[in-house]
Amino acid sequence: MSELNNNENNDILLSVKDLYVEYTSDKKIIHAVNGVSFDIKKGKTLGLVGETGAGKTTIAKSIIGILPVPPAKLKSGEIYYEGQEITKLNEKEMSHIQGEEISMIFQDPMTALNPTMTVGAQIADGIALHENLSKVDSIKKAKQMLELVGIPSERFTEYPHQFSGGMKQRVVIAIALACNPQLILADEPTTALDVTIQAQVLELIKDLQKKQETSMLLITHDLGVVAQTCDDVAVIYAGEIVESGDKYEIFDHPSHPYTLGLFGSLPNMVKKGEKRLHPIAGMMPNPSNLPGGCKFHPRCPYATEECTQDIPELKNIGGTHACRCIHAGNLVRTDETNEETKEG
Amino acid sequence: MRSEMHDRLQFAGIMEPDEQEEAKKQSQFLEVLKRLTRSKTAMIGLIIFIILVIIAIIGPMIAPYDYAEMVVSEKNQLPSAVHILGTDDVGRDILSRLLVGTRYTLLLGLGACVVGLIIGIILGCVAGFFGGWVEEVIMRLCDVMQAIPGMLLAVAISSALGNGLVFTIIALSIGRIPFVCRMLRAQFLNQRKLEYVEAAQAENCSKATIMFKHILPNTISPLIVATTMGVGNTITMAASLSYIGLGVQPPPPEWGAMLSAAKGYIRHYPYQLLFPGLAIAILVLAMNLFGDGLRDAMDPKLKN
Amino acid sequence: MALVEIKGLKKYFNTPGGQLHAVDDITMNFEEGTTMGVVGESGCGKSTLGRTIIHLQEPTAGQIFYQGEDITKVNSRKLAKLRQDMQIIFQDPFSSLNPRFTVEDTLREPLRISGRFKRSDLEKEVIKLMDMVGIARRLRMAYPHEMDGGRRQRVAVGRALAMEPKFIVCDEPVSALDVSIQAQVLNLLQDLQDEYKLTYMFVTHDLSVVRFISKDISVMYLGQLVETSPAEELFEKTLHPYTKALLSAIPSVDVHTPQQRIALKGELSNPINPKPGCRFAPRCPYATESCAQPQVLEEVLPGHFVSCCRVKELNPDLLQ
Repeated sequence: MSELNNNENNDILLSVKDLYVEYTSDKKIIHAVNGVSFDIKKGKTLGLVGETGAGKTTIAKSIIGILPVPPAKLKSGEIYYEGQEITKLNEKEMSHIQGEEISMIFQDPMTALNPTMTVGAQIADGIALHENLSKVDSIKKAKQMLELVGIPSERFTEYPHQFSGGMKQRVVIAIALACNPQLILADEPTTALDVTIQAQVLELIKDLQKKQETSMLLITHDLGVVAQTCDDVAVIYAGEIVESGDKYEIFDHPSHPYTLGLFGSLPNMVKKGEKRLHPIAGMMPNPSNLPGGCKFHPRCPYATEECTQDIPELKNIGGTHACRCIHAGNLVRTDETNEETKEG
Repeated sequence: MRSEMHDRLQFAGIMEPDEQEEAKKQSQFLEVLKRLTRSKTAMIGLIIFIILVIIAIIGPMIAPYDYAEMVVSEKNQLPSAVHILGTDDVGRDILSRLLVGTRYTLLLGLGACVVGLIIGIILGCVAGFFGGWVEEVIMRLCDVMQAIPGMLLAVAISSALGNGLVFTIIALSIGRIPFVCRMLRAQFLNQRKLEYVEAAQAENCSKATIMFKHILPNTISPLIVATTMGVGNTITMAASLSYIGLGVQPPPPEWGAMLSAAKGYIRHYPYQLLFPGLAIAILVLAMNLFGDGLRDAMDPKLKN
Repeated sequence: MALVEIKGLKKYFNTPGGQLHAVDDITMNFEEGTTMGVVGESGCGKSTLGRTIIHLQEPTAGQIFYQGEDITKVNSRKLAKLRQDMQIIFQDPFSSLNPRFTVEDTLREPLRISGRFKRSDLEKEVIKLMDMVGIARRLRMAYPHEMDGGRRQRVAVGRALAMEPKFIVCDEPVSALDVSIQAQVLNLLQDLQDEYKLTYMFVTHDLSVVRFISKDISVMYLGQLVETSPAEELFEKTLHPYTKALLSAIPSVDVHTPQQRIALKGELSNPINPKPGCRFAPRCPYATESCAQPQVLEEVLPGHFVSCCRVKELNPDLLQ
C-alpha cells in the first residue's frame, strides 16, 4: 500500500492511512481507532459497518477535523484529501475544507439543527460563509437547496420544530450539500427515522450523489442499508478494519468470523422454519482494555491458540477483498445460513 | 428444569462464564464517600469544614482571651504578638471572638439549611403523594413565599419571632422551604416519565413504594448538593440580619454580627472587617468545594 | 382459546391540538403460547395498545378479556392479581431500570411483591432468575450503568419473568441493541417462551424481527389495524397497500437484486381529530373516493384480515 502509482491515485478522493485515535478518560486510555486505512474513490460510496463503540464516528470526526481534543487525540496516521495531507492543517485552512470539500450528516436530526433559527437561515448561513455570495443570492441558493431535497421553498422561514423527523433530516442533508462538497460523511443518517422515511431519505441521498458526483462515507450498523447504498464495504471491530472489499465480495463471500457473525445475527437471514438465530457470543471488548492478539478471538468460534498470540494483518484474499484473520479461507461454516448467503 | 435451561444458554454462548470476580455490593453511603475521597477539591473542602467543626467544639478552650471581655485601654489595636488578629472597637480580642463564634455561625448556616431541607422534602413528598388539591395548595403557598424577596421574608419572620439563635434559624430556614419543595417536585416530574416507574407500576408496587423507594432516592442528591451550597448564602443572610439589629445579637460573636459591627471602622481599622470576612469566605468556599465534589460523587453514572 | 382478547379497544388522549386517537377500535386475539407481532411506524399507537392491555393506561372504550373474563374494569385487588400474570419489557434498558437499584434489588422487588416466597428464599430465587436470563452471578450487585445494553435488557426480562407471568408485552425490546446482542436477546425470548409457554405481544417497527419471532403479525397505521395475518403469509400474500410499502422499504441484504421500493407520498402525520375513512388514503397510491368511507376489517383469507375497501380489485391473483 505504501507506493501507489499515479494512475491509481487519480480516482482516489480520500485516503486514510494507519490512523490511530485515543481518548483519555480518568487516566485510562481508550483505544478508539487502532490503525485504520482505507480509500474512498471518486463518486463512490464506502460503507463503514460496525457496532456501537467500534470507532466509526471517531474516524469520521478525524477526517473532518472535529475530534474533541482533549480528551481525544489523533495519535498517528495521515489523511490525504486529493493528495493533500489534512491532519496537520490549521483551523483556517481546515475551515475551507469543512463544508466546501467535505461535509458531515449527523445521526440525530433533532439535535443537529439549531432550534432558534429558521431552517432557511441555517442553510443560507453555510452558503454565505463558504461561497462569496451576497445575502440575497445565498438565500436564493438556500431555497434551491430546499427544493432539491424535496421541501417546498415556502417553508424557508419555518423553524425546525415545525418539521417532522424525516423532513428535518432532509434539511440537514440540504445544509451538508449546500456548498457542493466532494465528500459527504454520513453518520447513521437514517437510524433515527422510520422505515418508510428511511427509504425516502436513502433514495434522496443516492439521487443527489449521482447528480453531483459526490463521494460518500456511509457509517451504519445496518447491513441492509449497506447492501442497497454502498459500492465498497469496510467492516470495523474494536477500532480495526477486519474485512474490506467491494460489496459483492463481502456479501457473497463474507470471510472474517465477525462478519459471518453479523450475518448470522440477522433475523431475515434465517431459513424458514428455523427457530434460533446465531448470534456472536459475548460482548464488545472494553476499548481501554483490549485483548491481545486478534481482538475478536475471545468471541470467535474459530479461534485457535495462534489467534491469541499475534495481531493478524489485513491481508488480501482475492480481488479487492481483504480480511484480518489468519484462518481466512480455511473457516468452515457449520450453520445453515451459509448456503442462503451463497445462493444470492 | 431451570438448571437445564442454564446449561442450554451456556451452550448457546448466551450465558457468560462465571470466572470473573463477583461485583461486591457496597453501601451507597460508603460508595459515595469513596468517590468523594478521589476528588482533591472536595477533600480540601471537607478538611476545612472538619477543622471548623473541631474549632466550633473546642473554640472556647483554645481562645487566648475571654471573647466578651472588653479592655477599653486596648481597643482598636492592630494585629500584634499579644493580640494576633488585633482587637475591636471595645477592646475584645478578635481571634478569640472568631474561635468562639465558629459554633454560632456553623449552627446558623447548617441548621437553617438542614431544617429547610427536611421540611421542604416532607412538604414536597406530601404534595407529590396526594396530588390534587393538596399539591395545588402547597405549590401555591410556595409561589407566594417565593414572590417575597428572601431577605424581606427573613426580616419579617425574624422581627415577628424575636432575636436569638433558634428563632434566627427558623426565620432563615422558612425562606429555603419553597426552593427545596419546587426542586423536589421538578425532579419528581422528570423521574415519573421514566420507564422504570412504569415498570414498578406493572410490578404492582404501591404508590408509597414507588414514591419513597423508587423515585425519592433518585431525586435527593441534587437537593443535598444545593443545600451544601446554600450554607454560604444563609450565613451571609444571617450577617445582614445581625447588621440591622435582628438575628443573633452580641455578645455571642457570630461572624456575620462581627462583620456588621466592624462596618463603621472600615476606613481606619479595615482588619476588623477583614478577619471575620475572611472566615466567612473560607467557610463558604469550603462548602462550595465540598458541594461540587458531592454532586459528582452522588451521581452513580459518573462512577469510576 | 385465546389467552387475551381485545374487542373494539380505544384509547384517546386530549392534546392541545384536539383529541388524539392513539388506539382506535382495535380487535385482536392473543393465543396462548404464541407470539403476536404488532408492527407499525412511530406514532401508530402500538406501544399505547400494549400499555392499555396490561392496565398501565385505562382504555377509553372497548373490552379486554383475560382467560375469557372481562378485565376492562377491575378493582385494585383484581389488578394486583392481573399484574402477576401480565408483564411488560420496555424498549430502553437505560430508563427502564432504576439507576439506584442493583441487579439484585431490581429482581428482588417483584419476587417480594408476588408473595410467593419466604424472605429468606428471595436471594436464592434472584440467583435462579439471573441464571434463567443469562446474567453472570458476579453481576448480582452491579448497577445498571455498569452493564451494557444487552445485559441491562436481560435484567429487564428477568424482572418481567419474576412474577411468573403468562402474558408479556415486549415493547421494542431489541431496537436499542446492537445486531449481535439483539440476536442473543431474541434467542433468549424464544427459549423462555418454549420453556414456560409464554404468550408475547411483540411490539416493534422491525419487520424482519417480527417475521422471525411471531406466529401472527398485525400491522397498525395511525391507531388502526390495517392487516392481520399468519406471519409467513403476510410476507407471501401481502394485501394492504401500506403493508406492501412497509415491506418494500426494508433495505434488503440481497446485493444482486436492486430494491423496488413503493414510493409513498408525504409524511407520517398523527391521528388528531381524524376524519372517517381510511387513514392511509392520503399517502396511498391506489386511493379513490371510496376510501373516504369508514373501512372494515374483513377476513379475506382464512386468518388473514385486511382493512381496505379495494383489496379484492388490487389483488385479484392472490384472492381468487
